[in-house]
Amino acid sequence: MSTDYFAESYETTEGRVHTVTGGDWDSVTGAEAGQQERVVVNMGPQHPSTHGVLRMILELDGETVSEVRSAIGYLHTGIEKNLEYRSWTQGVTFVTRMDYLSPFFNEVAYCLAVEKLLGIEEQIPERATVIRVMLMELNRISSHLVCLATGGMELGALTAMTTGLRDREVVLELYEELTGLRMNHAFIRPGGLAQDLPVGAEGKVRKVIETLRKNFKDTANMLVDNSVWTARTKDVGYLDLTGCVALGMTGPVLRSTGIAWDLRKTQPYCGYETYEFDVPVQTSCDAYGRFLIRLAEMQESLKIIEQCLDRLQPGPVMVDDKKIAWPAQLAVGSDGQGNSLDHIRHIMGESMEALIHHFKLVTEGFEVPAGQVYVAVESPRGELGVHVVSDGGTRPYRVHYRDPSFNNLQAVPAMAEGGQVADLIAVVASIDPVMGGVDR
Amino acid sequence: MSNLEKSGGITEGHQVDVRVGAFRNKDSGDTSGFGGLVSPVVMPGASSKPFGAWFDMAADVLEKSLTKSGIKAKDAIEYYTVDRGEFTIHAKPEHLLSLCQYLRDDEKLRFEMCASVSGVHFPQDKDRELVAVIHLLSMTHNRRIRVQVAVADSNPHLPSITALWPNADWHERETYDFFGIIFDGHPALTRIQMPDDWPGHPQRKDYPLGGIPVEYKGAVVPPPSERRGY
Repeated sequence: MSTDYFAESYETTEGRVHTVTGGDWDSVTGAEAGQQERVVVNMGPQHPSTHGVLRMILELDGETVSEVRSAIGYLHTGIEKNLEYRSWTQGVTFVTRMDYLSPFFNEVAYCLAVEKLLGIEEQIPERATVIRVMLMELNRISSHLVCLATGGMELGALTAMTTGLRDREVVLELYEELTGLRMNHAFIRPGGLAQDLPVGAEGKVRKVIETLRKNFKDTANMLVDNSVWTARTKDVGYLDLTGCVALGMTGPVLRSTGIAWDLRKTQPYCGYETYEFDVPVQTSCDAYGRFLIRLAEMQESLKIIEQCLDRLQPGPVMVDDKKIAWPAQLAVGSDGQGNSLDHIRHIMGESMEALIHHFKLVTEGFEVPAGQVYVAVESPRGELGVHVVSDGGTRPYRVHYRDPSFNNLQAVPAMAEGGQVADLIAVVASIDPVMGGVDR
Repeated sequence: MSNLEKSGGITEGHQVDVRVGAFRNKDSGDTSGFGGLVSPVVMPGASSKPFGAWFDMAADVLEKSLTKSGIKAKDAIEYYTVDRGEFTIHAKPEHLLSLCQYLRDDEKLRFEMCASVSGVHFPQDKDRELVAVIHLLSMTHNRRIRVQVAVADSNPHLPSITALWPNADWHERETYDFFGIIFDGHPALTRIQMPDDWPGHPQRKDYPLGGIPVEYKGAVVPPPSERRGY
């Protein structure tokens, strides 16, 4: 038995196990005669190539991955539990932080579910829905850009990261203009939006579309026919349709098998059936195909955003029902942002009912009739499903997020086993998991 | 949007709890005069036929298949609920696997994809405290269905559906982790989000929450689960 402190060994039912933590391989004796030698390597949770705090346990045979298991939970924050102790409206502030790269999808899915429970889907103002669609499509772009940027970086293409993050920055700055925050907006609320878009928003969005159109060409030129990029991603992470359906895969991974399954087309919500756009598909079933799909989807998103801008008509952005509509008429005063003076004058000096509604909504919130719903939206990573249960009270009884990253991560062994360690990185990058969503 | 059509309607509710008072707290602090308020918490219960849309067809096909294989429909299915355009089968644990097999394989049903498995805890619903909720998706017919199974906290066993939908693996592990529902036949039912040595199941309603120990003249801020609420 070794006496090296950093290379301890001990007996188990599977044979002798050596734990090696540094450059001390010399002190490890080989497998005994007749015994199989297995090298198990821990990768992550802190690792620049694992796309966040994902931990993978690899069994290696030289450079070949013979077995891989993912371990998650390092970013579990108990958001679903937290929601049960807040009002329905406060819930938005929590869900937006789940999958932190697609906050608007989390918010819209949650709000659609609450609205379905309330039975007010038909009453959501047109302007609110159009803005929701516009924000979601902007979000699809910023999320895909991060996928491209980090995926490129993980495969050693650092320029992909700098261009990807450069373009994402353009979108994040636009978010800040539109909602006040770069991330974690809590802008979409049950019943509509927190507030209307600022003056001149339309022109700024158009300008961003122009910038992105131009920049996307650079990204495509850099990677699409790049022999190094294709060598790393073509035929890597193969998962065919049968595998995808068995493993519940959705999003770009499913569409890389040639199936145009996109909830925006198949089970439309927020009026997606009235927008003109295509669902890009590939038939290669590999990481390169998923990359091409994401590139094409960003172009389609730009088309949808343009249609949104053309449809934007002045109007309310919150339901009429004063018992549900959050009383936020925000304005910037000399002492910072707060409720507008007009609103304060109204509730303090003019209308007793308005004061009561304001007070009741802010302290107590609104009641949601008992029942349960499941609402799914097409997030950049696939089907984002929200299962919401209400017991008729002012707080959610149970909220469960079916996060696409959580489900899709299960496919890593099917895609990566038998390949090289380097391909494993491409596999994880092509699934594009966001650990905030996986662990919630 | 045929699956959103209104239908037969719910004939009865399923009571899961009784709320007393107006502020959720059990001991004191309710000086409002509403302390004697008693309000039952009722979830949507059984719906009567016709359910509308494709729901009747699905129920018929399912019942016929079960009967053909020697299982009485009422032994496998408690009742159906159609609420807010969504179809829920309230199944019994004993024949869950056969039921799911038909849901997946029958060509009129073809729910080939399992979207999610999760849990809900109703601590006051005696012998039905823990509920596993399975959401299925049929890409062939573009439909969704919910299968819901209630088990007793004292015997929280359910058959695992991982043999039918391999991706239920992690979803069931999470449901076990958060609710303590044990899925028999699961290949490796271990915790997934919480650390391996974590005690208890945090999504249960009776799971103790931590308070913030802020003390002022002898008063301490209680944990959120014990605070006044609405």
